[in-house]
Amino acid sequence: MDTFLHQLLSGLANGGIYASIGLALVMIFQATHHINFAQGEQAMFSAYIALTLIQAGVPYWAAFLIALAFAFIAGVAIERVVVRQFDNAPVLAVVVVFLGMLFIINSLAGWLFTYNVQAFPSPFPVGLGSKFLSAHEIGMIGVTLVTLAVVYAFFRFTPLGLAMRAAAQNPEASRLVGIRVGWMLALGWGLAGAIGAVAAIMAAPIVYIEPNMMAGILLYGFAAALLGGINNPWGAAVGGFIVGVAENLAGAYVVGTELKLSVALVIIIVVLVTKPAGLFGRTVVTRV
Amino acid sequence: MSALLELKGVNAAYGQSQVIYDLNLSVADGGITALLGANGAGKTTTLRTICNMRVRCSGTITFAGKKIDGLQTEDIVRRGIAHVPDGRGTFVHLTVEENLVLGAYSRRDRAAVAQDMERVFGYFPRLRERIAQQAGTLSGGEQQMLAIARALMLRPRLLLLDEPSFGLAPLIVQEIFRILNRINTEDGVSMLLVEQNANLALSLAHDVYLLETGRVVLNGPAAQVRNDDSARRAYLGY
Ligand SMILES: Nc1ncnc2c1ncn2[C@@H]1O[C@H](COP(=O)(O)OP(=O)(O)OP(=O)(O)O)[C@@H](O)[C@H]1O
Ligand SMILES: [Mg+2]
Repeated sequence: MDTFLHQLLSGLANGGIYASIGLALVMIFQATHHINFAQGEQAMFSAYIALTLIQAGVPYWAAFLIALAFAFIAGVAIERVVVRQFDNAPVLAVVVVFLGMLFIINSLAGWLFTYNVQAFPSPFPVGLGSKFLSAHEIGMIGVTLVTLAVVYAFFRFTPLGLAMRAAAQNPEASRLVGIRVGWMLALGWGLAGAIGAVAAIMAAPIVYIEPNMMAGILLYGFAAALLGGINNPWGAAVGGFIVGVAENLAGAYVVGTELKLSVALVIIIVVLVTKPAGLFGRTVVTRV
Repeated sequence: MSALLELKGVNAAYGQSQVIYDLNLSVADGGITALLGANGAGKTTTLRTICNMRVRCSGTITFAGKKIDGLQTEDIVRRGIAHVPDGRGTFVHLTVEENLVLGAYSRRDRAAVAQDMERVFGYFPRLRERIAQQAGTLSGGEQQMLAIARALMLRPRLLLLDEPSFGLAPLIVQEIFRILNRINTEDGVSMLLVEQNANLALSLAHDVYLLETGRVVLNGPAAQVRNDDSARRAYLGY
């Protein structure tokens, strides 16, 4: 029973990471109808920024916030400089661009920070830990929940958040009320970048940091997004926790840890085949 | 009266196909101008050209004495031109209230925005009853009301209306046109009104333009066109 509880709770902790990545993917998908394959690499690079600062003696939470700011600005810049050039490009061209960014950021990180696997500090005091969860896992759940709550409040309660939702849903009507749609898209990219950075920095103490650290996590994030509903950000967040738990339980009792990653693939395939709209996929209500 | 909006020698095209030819058109400050014409004449294109919505155009467009051609749609809107597009262009996933809040997005005068919200509810009491409802679930007439209400939230000087009567029952159409008349007389909002229903448009408008395949073939005061039987029969078919 104890091992089961442990697997369950630690699955929830990992699930928070997948939830964040899934949310970032869905935010960009809603606005652009594309999957940002470079989301994980952007996050990994931001985690390296945090690590570099921490190693230079900057206090952990200051480094954390600076890395988030970096991730935000990088996200905005990527949209303004790269993505917007491909506004009307065919889907395949955009996929290639995103994959290209993935490899460029990955190589850049390898070149700047080497491919060596490094340890990453956790800010949470060991005393926080319990029988079922390590201190870092507990802290990670807390940070994830705070992040999700802040993002939710931003979109739900601020005029800017409302304008960003409007711009993603109906760009033409948004321009007609004076919303600068291009900037809203860029802000969305910035926000997604920052959310991804939180996920990578929280994951790094567990998976260690190296340029390929996000490959598996991105796959789980994608599974979370699909499971929750690719057009519903909060569905993606819930999907993340479900995927995290499923991964851990399957790893412990079904397929074994070596094959854990295949759980993500199975979830992706099952969702695509049986329920492409996902568990919480919004059915569009419109009257004509 | 001086012209609030003026188009001079405007040509407009989608890609290579030209749709509007050498258009001269003006809307008087405080006036209502109707733009009539058959399907495909270029009425919608004219409105889209004014707001620079994915139309290629040449010629000059001035609004309140300033050149606006070449500006981004957002900036044209921010100068006080509210466009109620065909198909209404409401945010179907958002609530009635959120739609109205977005209408005032570019304004910073919060207190006045709250007042304007009350005023549009005065015009359209049904919207107040449906304030929390998702816009996509409103009836066609309610959606048209919401589209107009949202445009008013900009506190515009000029309202561009693309077939506000489209697909609505006669009673609702009458109600909406009565309200448009009030908006014009009480709030001094000028209008450029695109309509298929010539009779209806002539009853509201002060000036009329008739488009045929992208060219103006008739222009004059509405009263004159209304009383000119031969012009009416030749061009408007009634
Ligand atoms: N996006 C577009 N690309 C190419 N041609 C277009 C486009 N939109 C409209 N057209 C063409 O331009 C012409 C004028 O269209 P427009 O929509 O302005 O007509 P309209 O007067 O508004 O007609 P209706 O009364 O049917 O709404 C038509 O021949 C139409 O086929
Ligand atoms: Mg039209």
